[in-house]
This record gives sequence, structure tokens and C-alpha cells, in this order.
Amino acid sequence: MDEDRFERGVAALQSLHDPVRRGLYRFVAAQSHDVGRDEAARAVGVQRGLAAFHLDKLVDAGLLEVAAVRRVSGRSGPGAGRPAKLYRRAAVQHEVSVPERTYDLAALLLAEAVDEAGVEPALHAAARRLGVRAGRQERQEARPLAEVLARRGYEPYRDGASLRLGNCPFRDVAGQLPAVVCGMNLALLEGLLDGLGAEGAAAVMDPEPGRCCVALISK
Amino acid sequence: MAEDGQGGWQLAQVNIALLRAPLDAPELAGFVAGLEPINRLADQSPGFVWRLQTPEGDATAIRVFDDDRILVNLSVWESVEALWSFVYASRHLDLLRRRREWFHRLADAYLALWWVPASHVPTIDEAKGRLGLLRRTGPSPDAFTLREPFPAPGGG
Repeated sequence: MDEDRFERGVAALQSLHDPVRRGLYRFVAAQSHDVGRDEAARAVGVQRGLAAFHLDKLVDAGLLEVAAVRRVSGRSGPGAGRPAKLYRRAAVQHEVSVPERTYDLAALLLAEAVDEAGVEPALHAAARRLGVRAGRQERQEARPLAEVLARRGYEPYRDGASLRLGNCPFRDVAGQLPAVVCGMNLALLEGLLDGLGAEGAAAVMDPEPGRCCVALISK
Repeated sequence: MAEDGQGGWQLAQVNIALLRAPLDAPELAGFVAGLEPINRLADQSPGFVWRLQTPEGDATAIRVFDDDRILVNLSVWESVEALWSFVYASRHLDLLRRRREWFHRLADAYLALWWVPASHVPTIDEAKGRLGLLRRTGPSPDAFTLREPFPAPGGG
């Protein structure tokens, strides 16, 4: 076991024990823009000072990072007011598994094998089947699309008529073999839409750095 | 203006693909339809420098291997990051996702990268040589891949 990684992961989790702090973390992580203290405090329903305290604790724990410091008033120089910190979710990933599991390694090896054997069509078919099954179950629970995606870690947010996905649940292995893994992800989401019966939406590839490669657009 | 990104060096890229059917066959329609927009996207991408093309605007008419089903794509970029962003973080990814519909799997390396002095235009023979080198010896500073890149000469 990598002791340092384990300790960092446990510390990160511990820092989420406080419900206010957890609420702040989830709010900041769910926004597509960097978040100031006032906005975060309002969203969670606490005083600004308390929000600032917890936001900085989350930075210390490596869960958030300070995106920028800007003047609230938009002016600079004397009388421009105090600089305001903006927060965003940290890019670093924390994992604690007890007992230890290394599915990331298994995923990478399987993706390498798919790439070498050229059997992406089989992977897409499997992903689509799984997506359809999951979508049907969600449909029975009558969950809306955005909630279904949020429950799977995609962190969806509205962008005009589209739903964009702020988090790639497969990021590490997708970064190594994007053609294989992003294609799998698209097939999975296509299946999920089918299973949900979400006829008004279509999953399309629309990659940009820093977010999931798939967007859900209105048909 | 495309300047060299790495102290006088730019990144040359070659990749080859073995067609499953002639370009005018219905199986290839999706690929052919994507050519013009994707080439335009490449030309406008940050860090793009040059690509091999015929007056038609693409390189699909250029066949330089013994097997004339093999397409060749040869280009120059300012950096590995610029090329990576175009290949994997643009609409190009959608073509990549579908590549097995149009191309046979190649058992050997099908993409090679190497550093060239800025303003040097790589030739097809040079590209074939680098691909051959990568196939013989694996990734090295003289012929490498996006997954195992090497820095430009002189520390970049």
C-alpha cells in the first residue's frame, strides 16, 4: 500500500466530515464557474465568515484550490476594496479503498488490450448494453436525466439547450487512451438515454480540455 | 503566426491508416464527409504549423506505400501539447472513436513523432524512415509517440 497516498486520502475525507464544509465542497464542485465566498455562503445558508473558514480548510486539505484573487468592485488601486478569493474543485483525485483495490490499473490494462486488438466495436456494444440496463432502472425510479447523470459522477450543468458534464468519471484512463475510453463513455451515455426513454436528448462528442468529452444536446 | 514553440524546434507527425474499402465506397462515407471540416479545424487549431495536402485540400490521394490502401497523414505542430489537444480534445476525437469502421487494425506502430528545425518541411521519405525506426527500436528521441513523448533537442 502507498502509505502517503492513503494518509492524504484519509485526511481529505476527514475534512469533509463537517456537514457545512461538505455542503460547501459539493456546491463549489457543481459549479461550472469559480465561486466566491459570498456566493458559496448564500448557497449553503451560512454566514460569510464561516463559509470563508471552511473554504480555506478545504483548500488546506487539497480538495479545493484558489482559482484567482480579484477585486470585488472591479476597480483597482486605493479604495477598490479587499481582494476576493475564488475557489474551484482541485484537479487532484483522492481515493481511499479499504481493503486496497487498484481498479485503475485493471482499467488501463483492459483499455490497452482493446486498443491493441482493435475491438472497440465490442467495447461500444457492451457499454451501450450496460447503459440501457441502467437507464431502464432509473426510469422506474422516475429520475430526471440531470439527476441520473449527477448520481453517476458526471456533474452535469446547463449550457444553453445542452447539458455539459463537468467531471469525467474515467479521467485517468481516458487521459491515457482517449479514443478507446471516450468512445466507450459515449456508447454508455447513448445507452443510458435509450434506457431512460429520453427521446429529446442526444449524446454527442464535444471534447474540450477540463471536462467530459460528451455533451447531451436537445434533438 | 505560427512560431516555433520549443527553442527553434517543431514537432513533425506522421500517421498511416489501412482503408477497409475504397474512398468512394459507402462504408467510407462517414470518413470522407468528415475530412473537410476536420482539416479546417486542424488548420485553425492553436499550434498548427503545416500539413501535407494536394490541391484538393487533403492527403487522401497520396499513396506512397506498396499497399496502395494505405493513407498517409503528415503534419507539423508547435508542440506535443498542441498536437495532443487537436487529436484528443477536439471534434477530431469523434473520428478517432470511429476509426475501426473505416480502417483495418495495424499490428505495428502507425503514428510517429519527431522534432524538426522550425521551418523545415518534412518529406514523405523522412516520415517513412521515422515510422520504420519506431517500429524497429520502439520510442526514442528520434521517433516517438504521443503516449511516450520526448522533449525537443536542447531541453526544449
